[in-house]
Amino acid sequence: MLKYILRRLLLMIPLVIGITLISFFIMRLAPGDFLTQMAMDPRVKPGTVQRLRHVFGLDRPAYIQYLYWLRNVFTGNFGYSFAFKQPVFHLIGQYVLATLLLALTTLVFSYTVAIPMGVYAARRQNGLVDRLMSLIAFSGISLPGFFVALLAMLWAQKTGWLPIGGMESPGYELLSPTGKCLDIAEHLVLPTLVLGTRELAGTMRLMRGSLLDVMNENYVLAARARGLKEGVVIWRHAVRNAINPLITLFGYDLSGLLAGAALVEYVMVWPGLGRLLLNAVLSRDEYVVMGSFLMGAVLLIVGNLIADILLALTDPRIKLS
Amino acid sequence: MNSDEQTSGISEPATPGDIAPARSTGSGQTTTTGDIRAGRQMLTGRSAQAALSLTSMTPSQLAWRKMKKNKLALLSSAVLIAMYVTAIFAQFVAPYDYQTQDIPSSFRPPIAVHWEPWPTVYDQTRRFDQYHFVIYNDDLTRPHQLKFFVHGVPYKLWEIFPTDIHLFGVAGTQKVYLLGTDQFGRDYLSRILFASQISLSVGLVGISLTLVLGLLVGGISGFYGGWIDDLIMRLCEVIMSVPDFYLLLALAAALPPTLPPLLVYFMIIGILSLIGFAGMARIVRGMVLSVREREYVEAARALGVSNFKIIVRHIIPSTYTFAIVTSTLAIPGYILAEASLSFLGLGIRDPMASWGNMLSAAEDLSSLEQRTWLLIPGALIFITTLTFNFLGDGLRDALDPKSR
Repeated sequence: MLKYILRRLLLMIPLVIGITLISFFIMRLAPGDFLTQMAMDPRVKPGTVQRLRHVFGLDRPAYIQYLYWLRNVFTGNFGYSFAFKQPVFHLIGQYVLATLLLALTTLVFSYTVAIPMGVYAARRQNGLVDRLMSLIAFSGISLPGFFVALLAMLWAQKTGWLPIGGMESPGYELLSPTGKCLDIAEHLVLPTLVLGTRELAGTMRLMRGSLLDVMNENYVLAARARGLKEGVVIWRHAVRNAINPLITLFGYDLSGLLAGAALVEYVMVWPGLGRLLLNAVLSRDEYVVMGSFLMGAVLLIVGNLIADILLALTDPRIKLS
Repeated sequence: MNSDEQTSGISEPATPGDIAPARSTGSGQTTTTGDIRAGRQMLTGRSAQAALSLTSMTPSQLAWRKMKKNKLALLSSAVLIAMYVTAIFAQFVAPYDYQTQDIPSSFRPPIAVHWEPWPTVYDQTRRFDQYHFVIYNDDLTRPHQLKFFVHGVPYKLWEIFPTDIHLFGVAGTQKVYLLGTDQFGRDYLSRILFASQISLSVGLVGISLTLVLGLLVGGISGFYGGWIDDLIMRLCEVIMSVPDFYLLLALAAALPPTLPPLLVYFMIIGILSLIGFAGMARIVRGMVLSVREREYVEAARALGVSNFKIIVRHIIPSTYTFAIVTSTLAIPGYILAEASLSFLGLGIRDPMASWGNMLSAAEDLSSLEQRTWLLIPGALIFITTLTFNFLGDGLRDALDPKSR
């Protein structure tokens, strides 16, 4: 097992290098850099921009810049953000945590709701509730995330029950540690619900379909023949086998979650990686973009790895090698 | 009953060694691998009698029979057809041009239509309330009857036929804003209609491009194997390891702001396809790898059929079912991606309208409560994606031989 994980992590390296190459190339596609804006500012002396360009190495050929950046990354230096005036590594850390927190609550929320719902729908296939749920699920998949986010914000504004966007209330710094946790939790509710509805829909459909497949298996029949209670048959025998595709999909989910989160983060002012990337891309804050790309990709690859490991843990038929 | 039978001119691939009973009717319809498998299952199936009655129908007949039972999918296709036809005739259906500004009428709410025998609208008086919002009231002394096929703003239908006839409007200079106006006083209904041309076509054009790219690249990769395969698959893996929306953002932001709107539209589609093709190519490659080993391909090779002909006549047709279902279910993704990008200001830019960039006007929460009509494009995006999902699901059920 450990050997497998190690090998997977080693295989990540060429992949990550490929990703940095692509992100670097994309940043070169558009003309100009962060300092172009500064150069247009009449208050800045032309010599200053020239000097800054030289300091940041922006006057060197692209491939040399890339190699310098790559060398620095291996020593833990992800460059310096022009806009935030802080090291990228430090900056991204906060944003990744916010995104991870949101992703985690969303996953927990959607899975805890989706699995019982999917099981229920499968048990009463083609019943009224099943039809209703699949209708809701299709709506959930089809809803544009940012549109739901807008509606949610509108609702929050109208009722005043939940905070309108953001992650912390004004005066957050003055709160006690418990108060801080509660404050963040309160801000988490709405983004989690918005992101969760979409996740929920897909997961529920998958659980339903997967359980329906499993219900026809012989071992379910055997379990029933042994006179086991229906609840035991479903939850101990059927669901445990039906849950595999859900785990496989977990890695894939993460990509969709990060994508969906980017928009929800933007609308709901959640200080996450997607929001950071969007701002950095717009202001051409090069090293932040590359760092965010790298972080997003690492999250995705690690997510896939975790899914594979989980699958091996839950299903003894699967051997990692 | 099956109109699709006549319209489809694709001849059935010769499949030596295949004994699918569905072929016995000798119709000129494509037989897919899935259908062939279904045929085998029917022969070896438990109830040979039930199979016999089914086998007298062609695969497309079977699919159509299943499709007809799925009311939701049929309804969805009707809604989609209506939307696409409206989009095609947007210039005619829209009462005004999408970029004509009417600043005094900025953020005007939808006008009320009174159904007194003949639909009528009234001139409106305006005043400010205590929050400085403009309040419009109908002036009941000045009615205007809605007329159909009226002369209005001249335009060229599809850039070819010059005319000035619009579906509806009111006589004279009075304007009728059925769905209100945006911040520049542009007619919201007209903008929605023109935007539908962009938002609805993005999905179709995008998925076509992705399919072509995916089939080509995946086909080459699977068929030739070796270092070509390795190179292509590594590239696909890199593309797939970046969260796709991040890649989309970065690429769209790299488009120079001076690009003409039409070019932006095509670039956005290009970017969407570029990101989508990696997954498609991988799936196609897998399918090609499995189809390549099938007996009928081996037979064709033994008969001395050229590689190119094998790909075109034997391998690609076997991916049709997959392609139809996957693309129908993938279209909502393209529509949503375009809407998201335009919403963020990175996609279709003003003055061109797309449902996504129209929604960015709804971002101002403080006034959204009074201007709920600004949310209509969002509802339209939802309806489009929902109907595509229903249709795709129906098609999958209908074309899936296992579910028969």
